[in-house]
Amino acid sequence: MRIALFCSLVRTEEKWLLEAFRRRGVEVEILHDRSTVLEVGVPDSWNRFDAVLMRSLSHWQALHAAQLLEDVGLPVINPAAVIHTCADKLLTTAALVRAGVPTPRVRVAFSPEGALQAIEEWGYPVVLKPVLGSWGRLLARVNDRDAAEALLEHKETLGGFAHGVYYIQEYIPKPGRDIRAFVVGGETIAAIYRSSEHWITNTARGGRASKCPVTPELADLCARAAAAVGGGVLAMDLFEDPQRGLLVNEINHSMEFRNSVEPTGVDIPGAIAEFVIRVARDGWAAAHSHPLAREVRRWNGSA
Amino acid sequence: MLSGICPECAAHVPLREDVVLHEFLTCPECGTALEVVSLSPLTLDRAPQVEEDWGE
Repeated sequence: MRIALFCSLVRTEEKWLLEAFRRRGVEVEILHDRSTVLEVGVPDSWNRFDAVLMRSLSHWQALHAAQLLEDVGLPVINPAAVIHTCADKLLTTAALVRAGVPTPRVRVAFSPEGALQAIEEWGYPVVLKPVLGSWGRLLARVNDRDAAEALLEHKETLGGFAHGVYYIQEYIPKPGRDIRAFVVGGETIAAIYRSSEHWITNTARGGRASKCPVTPELADLCARAAAAVGGGVLAMDLFEDPQRGLLVNEINHSMEFRNSVEPTGVDIPGAIAEFVIRVARDGWAAAHSHPLAREVRRWNGSA
Repeated sequence: MLSGICPECAAHVPLREDVVLHEFLTCPECGTALEVVSLSPLTLDRAPQVEEDWGE
């Protein structure tokens, strides 16, 4: 078996994935996005691979490369449809709501005036997020009207076209932490608390990782959330709301896990490698072993 | 031990034996984000700047 690891940079995660594949006797080749040329509909030399693990840092490039590779018959983990949903916070929220998965309330506007009206109707604080972006970048907690007006003007003046979709999320008062759960093939294999004095708890922004028990409630919610966005290898961010319990905030399609293996004691790269091998050998639907995987199969039209 | 030269501060950056092309690392002297752009000869360059759509 031969797997392509499609990536932008070889970080700790990619090094561990290379090692995980090699330990399982699988050949793995690094394909560098900046060096890649694809012809639409032409397998070219890609047919030497049994599957592609998509780890490009660019959501936009990952989406397009995944689609072209799928079109020439290669299983891609994660598929373009999953990347499409998860790379966009609004599409993720919409998929979660459609599936009845608890998630923070979100309002959307398409102008600064509309956004200000939506915020004023809700009251403060609220959270403004870009629909595209990651690592906690450009998140803003809006505490009053003065801040709202300034932020909305900045987004309109300085932001690119994607900032013209104003994603306004209710502020959830977190207990100094949130939960990051790692979901592979519908199964929640590990979870961490991300603790910080700052309201942004991303480990990329200094949040500290510690082990979070994978309760049946957490595992069930994550399986439902995974099914809602199409399954695969996913990292979920969840809030603990004092009244409503667990809420799925965001879902990441190209998970980072360098800070999570040690506190959880779980071989996350090993689990990802096993899943990729299962997809290459048995197909996407069969690789989802969780009972809720039937939802994934239905979503993929293969049930 | 393998090493490369940091293009920012000229420090010797130690590299592991299993170093691969496009490996990402940080200069231990000046903290610059670096990328291995050649294995033979071992060459380091500044890593690409983070783009708006980069992430998990």
